[in-house]
Amino acid sequence: MKTYTTNFGSLADFTKGSIDIIDDDPKRYVFSNIFEVASTSRPYEKVAVGKNRQYVVEAIRAEGTSEWRTAPHDEFALVMDGEVEIRLQKLGPDDTAATAERGSNALKGAPSGAMMGRVVARRGHMTLLPVGAAYQFHADKPSVILLQTQDGPDTVHKWADIIQTVA
Amino acid sequence: MTIAAPVKVDSTGPNTDGYRSFRLGEFKFRRDEYFVYVEWPTGKHVMSADSFLKALQRDVAWQFFYGIVNFDGVVGTVNHYGTVDLFAGRYNDVYRKAELDHLENFSTPMIKATFDEMLDDWTNAGFDPFASPTETGSAFGIKHGDNRAAITRHRVTASRMVSVPGDEPLRNDENGHPVNRHFLDVAQDEPEKHPEPGFDGEISSFNLYAYLSRSQVTWNPSVVSVCGDSLYCPTTEEYILPIIHGNDRVEWFIQLSDELIWQVEDRDSGAALAKVTMRSGDVAAMPADIRHQGYAPKRAMLLVWENADPALPALISSGQLPSVPVEI
Ligand SMILES: [Fe+2]
Repeated sequence: MKTYTTNFGSLADFTKGSIDIIDDDPKRYVFSNIFEVASTSRPYEKVAVGKNRQYVVEAIRAEGTSEWRTAPHDEFALVMDGEVEIRLQKLGPDDTAATAERGSNALKGAPSGAMMGRVVARRGHMTLLPVGAAYQFHADKPSVILLQTQDGPDTVHKWADIIQTVA
Repeated sequence: MTIAAPVKVDSTGPNTDGYRSFRLGEFKFRRDEYFVYVEWPTGKHVMSADSFLKALQRDVAWQFFYGIVNFDGVVGTVNHYGTVDLFAGRYNDVYRKAELDHLENFSTPMIKATFDEMLDDWTNAGFDPFASPTETGSAFGIKHGDNRAAITRHRVTASRMVSVPGDEPLRNDENGHPVNRHFLDVAQDEPEKHPEPGFDGEISSFNLYAYLSRSQVTWNPSVVSVCGDSLYCPTTEEYILPIIHGNDRVEWFIQLSDELIWQVEDRDSGAALAKVTMRSGDVAAMPADIRHQGYAPKRAMLLVWENADPALPALISSGQLPSVPVEI
């Protein structure tokens, strides 16, 4: 019997596809690769790889410990490579709340509310970052998070650097 | 508020092959052992019953989806979210130029009830229109039985995220979701959750890849997480997308595993525009003025990312918003 190998790709091993143009502009397809983007990002740089009006998906290189962040809406973190510890904590009365209309912002230091818990997430694991909480990521080795969120103050738009522009 | 009148489906009794025929306005539908025949005042069309039922199944299950569901290059539907256009040749340059195209608008309950009965009557025992070709029996032959369990499956639509208490449950062997034969190597480990006392129900995390490895269906985007109108709709793909999807808004694809090939055409004329080969980690936008059909040599995990904002189709068709998500 044939055995099948499922290929998920990783920072260390990915093979990007391509757009073969017949009659169109390749830029319209905004084609990039999450592992390629994360391989050149600074730790926890929030690089938009998808945008649909106010909504974005961000490719994030998780490496070391991130700042604490919070958002005025739920966000969802999918680990696509490596292992990431996600720490969740309630905001205290003196903490900076979510300051942007959408997307997340950094807190000044750690939050002061109740500790909610932590999740150790590996490839394929999706974690809810609930509204009203702050979160911090930690990764011992370079890992990759795909974040479902909204276009916020720290979302990085560097489309011309990441997408296929010529046929 | 108006109360909709009960819908009366216009159909005949069984023909010599055992199948009922259906009418929607001036469109007529009938099937025999191998084929489905569609007729309208200025033309007629024939499709394999297998292809037709796979397309019909998705159109019905998705409540006519976003924009255009082309069953093939000739017939299909356009969703106006309350009413639905049924068309023949409308999005085909040759039919348009020959003035042989035809389009009629129906209330969603009317066309839905007719398509539901057609799918129910024309799907034989042993044929599952959602399954990959090697995991189901044949659509063909004279009428024999039905497959109601397969054609009325629950469609997953999480309100926050799969696995959150009260939301869509996880899949496992016990609830009828064994790991698919193409995904036997996919890790089934769950994330390690360490809630502090009192926060048990508030720490939510699940293995999306394991969840997808247990999908029993192909080409069926289903909501797993929701951020406002931003919907993650992952799906597992094998063989060919049974419809050609014409966009009324921008849609994004994120390839989670393996490889897909997309044929992209102009939405209105069908002219070829591009081929997009997507491998793990690749991200691509489908502009709002194209249509696309996917090919998957091995069962693959695709994250379809939608913006469900109901204002989008009008904003784009009126030119207030561009067809592309990012201007570079
Ligand atoms: Fe689509």
